[in-house]
Amino acid sequence: MHRLGRMAIAGLTLAAAVSAILPARAQPPMNAAGYDLTGEWAPRFHEDQPERIPGPEIGDYLGLPINEAARLHADSWDASILTLPEHQCKPHPSDYAPRGPANLRIWKEIDAPSQQLIAYHTHISWQAPERTIWMDGRPHPPDYAAHTWQGFSTGRWEGDMLTMTTTHLKMGWIRRNGIPRSDKAIVTEHLVRHGDYLTWIVIIDDPVYLTEPFIRTTDFVFDPHQQIAPYPCQIVDEIDRPQGVVPHHLPGQNTFVLEFPARYGVPAEAARGGAETMYPEYQLKLKTMPPARSAGR
Amino acid sequence: MKLDPIAVSKATGFICATGAAFFLVASAGAPAQTSRSNAEAAKDARDAKEEKKDTNTDVHVLPVQGNVYMLVGGVGGNITVQAGDEGVLLVDTSVEALSDNVLKAIRSISTKPIRYIINTHVHADHVGGNAPIAKQGAMIEGGNMGQPYRGAAILAHENVLHRMSAPTGQQAPFPTEAWPTDTYFTKKKELFFNGEAILILHQPSAHTDGDSIVFFRRSDVLSAGDLFVTTTYPVIDLERGGTIQGVIAALNNILDIAIPKDKQEGGTYVIPGHGRLSDEADVLEYRDMLTIIRDRIQDLVKKGSTLDQVKAARPTLDYDGRYGATAGSWTTAKFIEAVYRNLAVKQSKSR
Repeated sequence: MHRLGRMAIAGLTLAAAVSAILPARAQPPMNAAGYDLTGEWAPRFHEDQPERIPGPEIGDYLGLPINEAARLHADSWDASILTLPEHQCKPHPSDYAPRGPANLRIWKEIDAPSQQLIAYHTHISWQAPERTIWMDGRPHPPDYAAHTWQGFSTGRWEGDMLTMTTTHLKMGWIRRNGIPRSDKAIVTEHLVRHGDYLTWIVIIDDPVYLTEPFIRTTDFVFDPHQQIAPYPCQIVDEIDRPQGVVPHHLPGQNTFVLEFPARYGVPAEAARGGAETMYPEYQLKLKTMPPARSAGR
Repeated sequence: MKLDPIAVSKATGFICATGAAFFLVASAGAPAQTSRSNAEAAKDARDAKEEKKDTNTDVHVLPVQGNVYMLVGGVGGNITVQAGDEGVLLVDTSVEALSDNVLKAIRSISTKPIRYIINTHVHADHVGGNAPIAKQGAMIEGGNMGQPYRGAAILAHENVLHRMSAPTGQQAPFPTEAWPTDTYFTKKKELFFNGEAILILHQPSAHTDGDSIVFFRRSDVLSAGDLFVTTTYPVIDLERGGTIQGVIAALNNILDIAIPKDKQEGGTYVIPGHGRLSDEADVLEYRDMLTIIRDRIQDLVKKGSTLDQVKAARPTLDYDGRYGATAGSWTTAKFIEAVYRNLAVKQSKSR
């Protein structure tokens, strides 16, 4: 009996080891019901409204874990670039889309015979981007596949929280004043529903422009009366300029970046951003810095 | 099913540890999905991509649009394949070492004869397979033409032939079998093949002095050669007549041709010389980047900066993380130097 006990344990151990070898993908995510996210969701702007709607100030890099490369990119950025025909109809990429005017619709795609969840889809009002979050365990495409504005997303349930991983994004932006997000970034998102409230958490991991992951949240409220309008976009000639001219500022010549710290009394060094400006303890450092007005004299 | 090597090694360790065996029994059948940190998820995504890295001889087929496919190899440039009832047309042939796998990949698309090879420029990673692959092809001959071909026709701008061949008595850089059989010296050459118009457009003094882009009008796909890549800064081959202005002009020409389907995405697809399948928005970012860098270096040249001073100013800093390199055949320093020499020569000529 003692030998049988040992053999039983060995057999169970072997079975457990075999199941541990099998990759996590062998457990189909579609079996998990999750927490239904479908419906019409209206955006709430109590968080970061000035940046999301009127738009960020030129030179405001506060609270962003950016590196020197991102700073130069933003310092060089001229809003006039958006008048170029090829820039006019660009939608927000999927990591920024929830931030803007973002009336949101979420719906499910179900496999009819098995009733298993294949994907979630989203539609957002501004520029009408539509996105698919694959829930059927399919792999991401190879490196040489095309990148899109919405990227390629796969999702899995973590309890009642939907966690999404997105790759294959086109070059995008973290803030609409020239702070870039590269096409090498991987974006992790969590969608959490609390009754009629939806919180969308976006975490950007960008090896090109960020020194650490950047996290921000956006909130929505369930709105069964919402009707999202279409959003056609047509390219027009806004400015008559020679072909090939790309509006930008030469390094060190963008004087507009000095206006934000001066206007709001923010130390110029703080306005340049960086990971330390994200954390509460930075307030202690702020107290030691000269105010922007004296720095500008 | 692919085994996770990390999970295998962990499982092996557990089997050996007697105390852990009970834990394993208790956890057998537990949900495979557990909470992970976001950094772990991001790292897993990167590791998964690393696991999928090919050996250097693998050639992958990516259907693009209409009649057109893209072949991607670990080494060598991308190849465009247009296939239909009339046969197969290739844009570029990558390196010679990949030729067998390239032919296998073509045969997975079509068993029809290879009729045409179009070369976008002279570099070996784009023409290296010309001889072995053209030999397997069969151009349609007859009538007044006679039988001038020994396989597929090879088309290119005449400067490609000049650079691949040599005057009689001198050693040519490439074997005769690899040379273009048909050349053009005007702005464009036209073909109609497999039910669509194909425009071969010369881009002067760009990556080299013999660059062509190839536009498949009905499939709405454009092969850019090395005028547009997604992997590095563009190579400006000064010795073979390349200029930064020419590259930028070529990118602007590509933007003129490409039309996106909706919201600046899709529509005309662009196959780069190296890297991922792209569209107008991707070419736009590359064009913008090069124009900005050109403008910065031009400003420094106007102020009389030396090459060392230009390099010290780091005019490519905001793009180095994406396109730069400190080692290999084409580094950031080499790119800056090529642009500087181009612009400095232009500046001195204009005085």
